[in-house]
Amino acid sequence: MWTVYKKEIRSFLSSLIAYMVMLVFLGATGLFMWVIKGNSVFDLGLASMQVMFEMAPYIFIFLISAITMRSFSEEKRLGTLETLTTRPVSDLGIILGKYLAGVTLLLISLLPTLVYYYSLSKLGQTEGNIDTGAMWGSYFGLVMLGMAYTAMGVFSSAVTDNQIVALICSMALGFFFYVVLGMMGDISALDAIGKSLEWFSLEYHYDSMSRGVLDTRDILYMLSFSALFIGLTKTVFESRKW
Amino acid sequence: MFKCTGNHYFCKTNVSIQVNNLTKIYGTQTAVNNVSFEIKPGEIVGFLGPNGAGKSTTMKMLTCYIPPTSGEAKVCNLDVSDQSIQVRKHVGYLPEHNPLYLDMYVKEYLAFAAGMGGVKKVNERVDEVIALTHLGIEKHKKIGQLSKGYRQRVGLAQAIIHNPDVLILDEPTSGLDPNQVMEIRDLIRNLGSNKTIMLSTHIMQEVEAICSRVIIIDKGIIVADDKLENLRNRSEGKWLVRVQFATDVDEKALKSIQGLLQTNLLGNNTWRLTGDNENFRQAVSQFALSSNLEVTELVSEKDSLESIFRQLTGHVDSL
Repeated sequence: MWTVYKKEIRSFLSSLIAYMVMLVFLGATGLFMWVIKGNSVFDLGLASMQVMFEMAPYIFIFLISAITMRSFSEEKRLGTLETLTTRPVSDLGIILGKYLAGVTLLLISLLPTLVYYYSLSKLGQTEGNIDTGAMWGSYFGLVMLGMAYTAMGVFSSAVTDNQIVALICSMALGFFFYVVLGMMGDISALDAIGKSLEWFSLEYHYDSMSRGVLDTRDILYMLSFSALFIGLTKTVFESRKW
Repeated sequence: MFKCTGNHYFCKTNVSIQVNNLTKIYGTQTAVNNVSFEIKPGEIVGFLGPNGAGKSTTMKMLTCYIPPTSGEAKVCNLDVSDQSIQVRKHVGYLPEHNPLYLDMYVKEYLAFAAGMGGVKKVNERVDEVIALTHLGIEKHKKIGQLSKGYRQRVGLAQAIIHNPDVLILDEPTSGLDPNQVMEIRDLIRNLGSNKTIMLSTHIMQEVEAICSRVIIIDKGIIVADDKLENLRNRSEGKWLVRVQFATDVDEKALKSIQGLLQTNLLGNNTWRLTGDNENFRQAVSQFALSSNLEVTELVSEKDSLESIFRQLTGHVDSL
């Protein structure tokens, strides 16, 4: 597993995609937080990173899809899946290696945003007046959400040998589970059904974590969401044997 | 996930590859049909057959890439279905078309392959294998920059990196120029000194050049499995002549040729005739003269193995 992990990290770092993703993520969140009028910290007058945590899930849908689109589709296209899966390593080991590499890249791209936290706490009316608990909760939620996205991305990549198809498939899945299901509760015609459907959305649980309350139900939901898609990837992987 | 158990894996059994009634069905198509054979340690076996005969499918089952529909396959007495991970430790595999990561460096890729194979002293082993496959001058290049011959060496290097007992090579020389073919063959022969090798090909000369034994497969069925010299002997006492007449000839008329054993219509008035004596070619030309037939081509077929292959695989179109 760690051999695959190391190889993936190396190939991320030697390809442009990783740097592009980090740049775009930091650029976008930075712009929304500090520059674009109407939503920026200065306009709101609050020492809060809420803007970033509201934008990040949408940006992640695109960026994480871009990170994971290569993982298996490229192996399939090159035919290297055959050499990869005939080595004495289990299928799950290979999948987890790739998955964890994606998660690592996600963590690396989140790391520089800690600077925002530092700046905000300096800018606070009395220095350090910032809701640290909510922020860590939000970070934790964002990482969990990113992990779920990564699992979906890896799954999409395993389905096809075309990177573009993998990208679109993974974005569609992210959009469905975050945005579409998340909207269900707001549709009055659906009433109670809508509310229950909303419970299944990533947004519901992410929001709940963003408030700074770490509920085991939310954590469990996020983890099982990732596990589900890793399991599905394994099933797709084994489908060659049917 | 996976713990390596050591650098060298030894086959303690006296059979390296054992295949019993192996069958693979894709949907409605039977790719491999009830195939059985055995390969002993140290043998170099050529797995010969026309394209689509089921060579690659058999090899994929032996390397645990796809499971058999029925029957069993064992490598070093380990079952490919039940002890898949163990089997993979003993097998080095070079798939058809030699897939490689083109944007990786040679050393980087081999180190990755070594790690995946559970090799402990990765760097030492990589250097060893680079020396074995004569990749020294190219080791700092990206795989994408290498010529096809060198890529094939990298393919072989990744197959032997974990020092397996059994090497399964799927068309190792296809698409190479004649010089590269010779080099790769030499390499395989050298590697073969302490390994069991099964290599697939559709080129008869390849088998003659490297292998001690040949298994010929056609349409998923084994049609011959023998030592090379035995196979050659099969054609002893038989002389093959390929003849093309200018006009249609009745098969019954051909029966009057002295010493004729067998006729084979190859199409376009071309026949392959099998005779039982060395003067058979003259007999054929005599027959043509006496029956006033114009002959446009008359060749005796020297390459006996080639013709055995054609007879066994029954491909009348391959002239």
